[in-house]
Amino acid sequence: MSTSVLKVSDLTKRFGDFTAVNGVSFEIRPGEILGLLGPNGAGKTTTIQMLLGLVTPTAGSIHMFGLDLSTHREEILQQVNFSSTYISMPQSLTVEENLWVVARLYGVSDIARRVQDIVKKLEMEEFSGKITRKLSSGQMTRLTLAKAFLTDPRILFLDEPTASLDPDVAHKIRSLLKEERRSSGLSILYTSHNMREMEEMSDRIIFLQRGCIVAEGTAQEIIDRFGKADLEEVFLKFAREQRQSSS
Amino acid sequence: MKLHRITALIVRHLYLYRRSLPRIMEIFYWPFLDLVIWGFITLYLARYQSQVPGFVTFFLGALILWDMLFRSQQGITISFLEELWARNLMNLFASPLKPGEFLAATMTMSVMKVTIVSIVMASCAILFYSYNILVVGVWLIPFVLNLVITGWIIGVFTTSLIMRFGQEAEVLAWSMVFLFQPISCVFYPMEVLPKWLQMIAMANPAAHIFEGMRTVLSTGAPPIGNLAWAICLNGALLVGVIAWFYRTVAYCKDQGLLVRVGE
Repeated sequence: MSTSVLKVSDLTKRFGDFTAVNGVSFEIRPGEILGLLGPNGAGKTTTIQMLLGLVTPTAGSIHMFGLDLSTHREEILQQVNFSSTYISMPQSLTVEENLWVVARLYGVSDIARRVQDIVKKLEMEEFSGKITRKLSSGQMTRLTLAKAFLTDPRILFLDEPTASLDPDVAHKIRSLLKEERRSSGLSILYTSHNMREMEEMSDRIIFLQRGCIVAEGTAQEIIDRFGKADLEEVFLKFAREQRQSSS
Repeated sequence: MKLHRITALIVRHLYLYRRSLPRIMEIFYWPFLDLVIWGFITLYLARYQSQVPGFVTFFLGALILWDMLFRSQQGITISFLEELWARNLMNLFASPLKPGEFLAATMTMSVMKVTIVSIVMASCAILFYSYNILVVGVWLIPFVLNLVITGWIIGVFTTSLIMRFGQEAEVLAWSMVFLFQPISCVFYPMEVLPKWLQMIAMANPAAHIFEGMRTVLSTGAPPIGNLAWAICLNGALLVGVIAWFYRTVAYCKDQGLLVRVGE
């Protein structure tokens, strides 16, 4: 019996001749935060899109909560959510209206109370009645995070969740994520280009390069393995190698 | 005024046309449709002027019914475009929402739009032209239901194309339905069409509805045959187009197009 909430085996995605993700395997345990690192084009986003059922893998399997995503999409996605700096939400709706729509989509019970709780938790009271089009980028990020938390997921996929936040709000978001993980056993797959944030947040880190896993372990294990001073130096090494091989 | 700035904008638009077949086609599309539709109407009037009673009844009735079909199609396609413009498709398709549920929601939106537009158009027809669409009688109900379903078929078909080909196919949301107008025989009977075009029109459920409407208005005879044709065609085409939508979603997921459709 597997103890992991997410198990990815030999995951591969090819678009014609181009292999975006190449035989990737990893697991996430309950309450674990797994960092997914890699330069642009390494396959992070495609991996997350496959985990969310938005892109069909060419080969390999994805299991969450012991269920196969290809055959139990609805049950799995009911317990999963995501947030990304690169997504948006309907611009003509207010923040609260958007949250109500998401809550209905996932069949959240006692919507009014749940929306109120999430608005309070993410300190969104001052703009919860605002039209989404008028939000600042930081407020927009908090809205997409609120959308992700609203459905009480067991696994959260976060693609650069603090990219457009000021340091104070970013710190609060990180604290909130750690608190959620502690209190509810939430598992998180986390990507960021902020290496200090990755070191602070991740229990384990996976490094992707050209669609393959090239390193895996705690931040310190990876730093030691490559004899670098910090995670940023390891990142630069992989990014430059990838650029050189592409040119 | 600087010529280089003006030419920069012209070049910007020409770049768009260079790589976009739908945009190039649109230049020829509307003049061609105008020619076809008005040509057949003229032919109809020239041939049957003395035999056709109550032109106003025919034309206004046809116009109101055509608009119901158009709004039904728009209800589906515009709902999808709203999600695309809001960059909300990823939120929806990464949720437990099924493609069938997505279609059911857009179809419901379409019915709501048709209902509102029908009331407004029917009221305006009474107010401005003393024309009452209810003159069609009880047959109006199956006529409208069938036209709504035909609108869904065109709407789901168009939505699939936009999903597959991306934003440059957006123009189809407004133009696709008019491709069906000449063979829907909205303003003229099917017999006005050349034989080869009549064969194509026979496969269009809307053509049978408009034929039925003219039969009711001119003779009062029950349009059972027309309705039977329309129902059977609508049933088969609806099943086919929904299957195609599912296939398109699967294809887009395979090619990674679903997450890039709004770009």
